[in-house]
Amino acid sequence: MTQMLVIVPDRCTGCMQCELACGWVQTGQFQPSQSLIRVNIFDEEASYAPYTCLQCDEAWCMTVCPVNAIGVDAANGAKVVDQRLCIGCHLCTIACPFGTMFTLPQNDKAAKCNLCGGQPACVVSCPTDAIQYREAEQCGEWFRDWGRRVHERYLEETSAPA
Amino acid sequence: MYGWTGKLLRVDLATGKSRVEDIPEDWRRDYIGGRGLADRYLYEEMDPKVDPFAPENKLIFATGPLTGTCAPCGARYMVVTKGALTGAITTSNSGGHWGPELKFAGYDLLILENAAPRPSYLFIYDDYVELRDAGHLWGKGVFETEDTLREELGIPALRVATIGPAGENRVRFACIMNDKHRAAGRSGVGAVMGAKNLKAVAVRGTRGVQVADPEAFMRAVWAMRAAMQDHPGRKSFAELGTAATIDMTNAFGGLPTRNFQQGQFEHAENLNGNAIRDTRLVTNKACFACTIACGRVCRLGDGAGKYLVNTHPRNWKIAGEGPEYEGAWALGADTGVGDLDAVLKANWLCNDLGMDPISMGATLAAAMELYQKGAITDDMLEQGIPLAFDNPEAIIRYTEATAYREGIGDELAEGAKRLGERFGHPEVFMGSKGQEFPAYDPRGFQGMGVAYATCNRGACHLRAWTPAVESTGQMDPHTPKGKSEWVVNEQHRTTAHDATGLCLFVGAAGGPLETFVPITAAATGVPYTLEDFLKIGERTWNLERLFNLRAGFTRADDSLPKRLLEEPHKTGPSAGVVVHLDEMLPVYYRCRGWDQEGRPTPEKLAELGLASLA
Repeated sequence: MTQMLVIVPDRCTGCMQCELACGWVQTGQFQPSQSLIRVNIFDEEASYAPYTCLQCDEAWCMTVCPVNAIGVDAANGAKVVDQRLCIGCHLCTIACPFGTMFTLPQNDKAAKCNLCGGQPACVVSCPTDAIQYREAEQCGEWFRDWGRRVHERYLEETSAPA
Repeated sequence: MYGWTGKLLRVDLATGKSRVEDIPEDWRRDYIGGRGLADRYLYEEMDPKVDPFAPENKLIFATGPLTGTCAPCGARYMVVTKGALTGAITTSNSGGHWGPELKFAGYDLLILENAAPRPSYLFIYDDYVELRDAGHLWGKGVFETEDTLREELGIPALRVATIGPAGENRVRFACIMNDKHRAAGRSGVGAVMGAKNLKAVAVRGTRGVQVADPEAFMRAVWAMRAAMQDHPGRKSFAELGTAATIDMTNAFGGLPTRNFQQGQFEHAENLNGNAIRDTRLVTNKACFACTIACGRVCRLGDGAGKYLVNTHPRNWKIAGEGPEYEGAWALGADTGVGDLDAVLKANWLCNDLGMDPISMGATLAAAMELYQKGAITDDMLEQGIPLAFDNPEAIIRYTEATAYREGIGDELAEGAKRLGERFGHPEVFMGSKGQEFPAYDPRGFQGMGVAYATCNRGACHLRAWTPAVESTGQMDPHTPKGKSEWVVNEQHRTTAHDATGLCLFVGAAGGPLETFVPITAAATGVPYTLEDFLKIGERTWNLERLFNLRAGFTRADDSLPKRLLEEPHKTGPSAGVVVHLDEMLPVYYRCRGWDQEGRPTPEKLAELGLASLA
């Protein structure tokens, strides 16, 4: 059974522990600038959301790569970059619809979330369970509920008199 | 380098030239970082007698070895300078994300010297340091300044520490604000920055912080997180925020009301943690690496429209963060205002204009007492807005007037002490060393009396918070017995705590000093013990005291206003109690190894390795 990352923005407090944990996995230092999960802060909306690769079924980063440097981890379905093959063309960063492909400043090669080989550090570090690693088929329920609320709020705000 | 970066950035604002220096290894070891290290630099490099607004006054931003690590609440930085409000050394602490960003840029300390010839801001991107023109930012509020800088520099992850109009206008209790709602709040550090013509320090750092022993570090961090997770203190902070404290202080008759004329506030339940959670809270907000998230993001209630509205339509939907306990007290109970919307609004104005809500509220309360006495009259005020207790419009309008020094605001901007003297009633000033008291009445919590009187930066609740033992049955809140001893020890603990870069709140949330001594040791590679920490706390405290003595402070400044010493409350749990400072102070000096004039003895200084500095 495949597991996937589930992110619950309502629970996020914007503390950056996930960025610290991810940066630690990448570099062995506390270095959020190297993190492959990023916390987006929307002050005006009082909303915070960590965001990282969704491990798309049909992954455009993988499709577009001219040298087949992006493959699939058979154990957990994560799309992973083989940096030995990457030529640094940045096409994957353009292809990704979610902005979760990064290039590393030190070698200009692609980097993305690889689910830490099945034990994501961001999940462990999150103090409020805003990032979870769950069986894929249970993940939709939360999203349906959230989607409904966003939609209702959208209708409410667009129908309000100016 | 582990824990520390080992570097400091020194910028001469007069010329814009900057240079990077190594921080001596023995200084790092002996002062840890943050408050201690910055104190040492200030003491070493500056004449304590200079005017706070003079270019010779230095402004130091300092992080600790745990700032920027994943240790719980490792978000803090310190601003150390000679305070505009007090003339004493001040050590203002702030959270948010700015401190870690400075560390990621590669610096433990940022030392700012002299004054810029024109309004400027400092831009730091790792090694790149430039003093830039801030003519277009001058006069702007804190929120707009941060947004503008982020947009025009094109760096979404930029972190900004800035002053608002209050700092520019040298309001003596102006803050340095970072991440919009986080403040290095007290003693007027923002006014010092304003006097230097420095609008903001914008930082982006991409480097990392390394730790000496990763395995031991992570083990100790997770032990601390486990201890905090289910701790009632952490849960209360997360659920109700700091304003939950209102119920406790009110129950003890220790919630100062109407400029300390009463000890309990009849509308306390309008301002407490439950009221905020149930009626205004949008979400919790955490500082960097925080596992508590006590920050409140609040929305104004529907009734807020009835108060004078100023022009910030973009931010109107969400009022922003706060109020914290202290802000809710100062702008609420201390002025007699029991309306949460008015308090929220005034608190948020303080944030945007860059002022300390504690001193702002307390100064308003002192002014309201002057109005009560007839020393301030209606013809000095704006028409239709009497500066009277219980008037919600007054706290909003005169908060704004203070930041811009309009009308009576020009007098309010000088703080309660100078205000009282100006109108011939110095007794209305409720504070110590020129700094207004925070939200604990020493007649309800006797120990706060000696804590306030002896604090190096003027009255402060964060150096020895005696309700920790006085509200929990461990000590009688009304007797002076044992308080001085406890306060001395606690002052050492909090001073060392501040030096590490962790938030003081972890102590009340299940992570006391003992739990992160091993974290600091694993991070830095220095085998610190609890005894080392207490010694470092004591060394730093004595160093601050030496600074103040050289600045001209004496035993007479370790004092409290007459109201606390002679006028007990008539009703409530603290009725009939006055503060016995005359009993506590000599014991305090003795515990510290100081003479009865409050001067550290040569033996004490030798013991602390400070003999050469006296």
